[in-house]
Amino acid sequence: MTGLTGLVFASADTQFFINICITGLTTGFLYALIALGYTMVYGIVELINFAHGDLFMLGCFFALTLGGAVMALTGSPMATIALMLLATPVFCAFLNMLVDLTVYKALRTAPKLAPLVSAIGVSFVFMNIGLFWGGSQDVNFPGLIEERNLLAEDSGLQFTTTDLLVILVTAPVMIGLTIFVKSTSLGKAMRATAQNPVAAQLMGINVNRVIAATFLIGGALAGIASVIYGLKIKTIGYQMGFQNGLYAFTAAVLGGIGNIPGAVLGAIVIGMVYSLASAYIDARWATAMVFVILITILVFRPTGLLGARTREKV
Amino acid sequence: MSSGVLRKLAGLLVLALVITYPLIPGLNDKIESMLGKKIGDSFPTIFIYGILALALNVVVGYTGLLHLGIAAFFGIGAFTTGILTVGQYPFQFGFLPVLVVSTMAAALLGGILCVPTLRLRGDYLALVTLGFGLITVTALRNLQEITGGMQTLNPIPPPKIPEILRCPLESLGLTMSWTEDYRLFYYLTLGYLLLVFVFLRNLEHSRLGRAWVALREDELAATCMGLNAARLKLLAFTLAAGLAGMAGSLYATKMTNTTEPTRFDFQLSCTILSCLILGGLGNRTGVLLGVFLVAGYDFLFAPAADAWLQRNDMNPNDKGYLKFSMWNLMIFGLALVLMMRFRSSGLLPKRRGTTTGKGA
Repeated sequence: MTGLTGLVFASADTQFFINICITGLTTGFLYALIALGYTMVYGIVELINFAHGDLFMLGCFFALTLGGAVMALTGSPMATIALMLLATPVFCAFLNMLVDLTVYKALRTAPKLAPLVSAIGVSFVFMNIGLFWGGSQDVNFPGLIEERNLLAEDSGLQFTTTDLLVILVTAPVMIGLTIFVKSTSLGKAMRATAQNPVAAQLMGINVNRVIAATFLIGGALAGIASVIYGLKIKTIGYQMGFQNGLYAFTAAVLGGIGNIPGAVLGAIVIGMVYSLASAYIDARWATAMVFVILITILVFRPTGLLGARTREKV
Repeated sequence: MSSGVLRKLAGLLVLALVITYPLIPGLNDKIESMLGKKIGDSFPTIFIYGILALALNVVVGYTGLLHLGIAAFFGIGAFTTGILTVGQYPFQFGFLPVLVVSTMAAALLGGILCVPTLRLRGDYLALVTLGFGLITVTALRNLQEITGGMQTLNPIPPPKIPEILRCPLESLGLTMSWTEDYRLFYYLTLGYLLLVFVFLRNLEHSRLGRAWVALREDELAATCMGLNAARLKLLAFTLAAGLAGMAGSLYATKMTNTTEPTRFDFQLSCTILSCLILGGLGNRTGVLLGVFLVAGYDFLFAPAADAWLQRNDMNPNDKGYLKFSMWNLMIFGLALVLMMRFRSSGLLPKRRGTTTGKGA
């Protein structure tokens, strides 16, 4: 049935299954970047940052605008992508930190409902900005990377250039983040603050600076995710933040909120569930499946998959 | 004491105004022609949102649990109504039985949702309610064979006016057509809103209401006093869901169809929550003020202002940023943020320490 030049599989079913898994994996990696922003912020200030998904959405529009301008100037897709990957995280990081400074910082000692409601408010504001930035209709993100299957055609498998891009960008970022949190002094300060802010402060850690840094890093990760999302999915709209943010947050909860490897694992599971459910059950029910899993996890194992094992909460 | 009397007087004055507004001949027409927009039709929706907000207030305001999926129960009420009334189903019940069944159905689902969530802490509980809301919307949209999906279930017939009411209504100058005279739905929904309002006022002062407040203030202390926290939460969730279902039933009847399932999404839950936060969590009057401000902006002010701009050629190219209705997310968002920062108990905060209601 198939040639022998590529990988040979027994049946078309298996090929289909593997293709679905590849899609799930890349989607999962994408969600992981967003999930990390949620999980780090939650680990430190115990806030479900509802605005994070919309920050990601604004990042997409920023990348789109910037990409359009750079493309017109240089005409080189590679330079455009490189610049987008540099500037968008910076934009999102500072926007996220700015929101923390102006909105959440004053509410650190307030009841937990206050920052949460504020976050919903910020999310509304971001959505309105996105509505004016991109209009009420979905817009196309320029396909700067030629979509090409990297595997031999006759293997029946699909692993495209954009899939590779997702892996190539996200994997180093996540490894870098893990090393950063494990071995730098700021990373150590983050873990200390997550465990006990008061004790951390008594040890001479500037907690507010640590929190600001957390928002910066979380925002930067969302910014990277925006560019990748635009290049991979190619359609963006002002309402995309909510849904993607929710998937990412589900991933963070699934992995055990506050736990970095947990968020990545959770995101991969979510990505897999989403694409398997789309393929084998019904695409229209995929979202519901994700939330059924979320509820099941919360009910039976509220600490998430990796939550109980590790005590560190960064 | 005097501030309490003042509050009561102000409340009665507003109530009198709301009741007499449609009866003053020509007033609504005059306002409509001034604004260039039909507004009479929007009032019933605002009242229904009021019921929905009061329902959410039972969970968020009284027991202090964050509920982000109230719109789902609103939707369940609306679709139950749809199934029980439209022509393609064999039921075709009358208005009141439908209202009761819709309320029960939503309450039942609310109770079922509550059972697994009882153990969860604050944020996780909020997430489960959110997730439940999204699953409900997805289900309503996808189960096309039952719910009609995006095609909605229609037409839902208006309630039959009992013969005894016909005469007094006609003597007030109301015509007996639900489609032509907005005042029938106006009074129907206003009546239910007042009913719910009074019911909740009595409930607040009952044993159950006080138990909820005790639970909100300190769960540990409350359970030490012998209160069954799980049962109380279950009751709050069930009651909120039931009231929301009732609001949904009224909404579907008013709209004459179930409206698209996507209307009952997270956005609506959030909007209702903003009304609570804005007006004052736990305070019924405050909640209604919040609804009036938020829904008033959405349904009355923004469209009227846009129409005004349009008529005066101040927005010739139909630019989005020159339309008030395009800014509502920004305005609600900023309102929430500023509210939390500077007046976190809302415009009309609930009075503390007077939960028996009689005050000192």
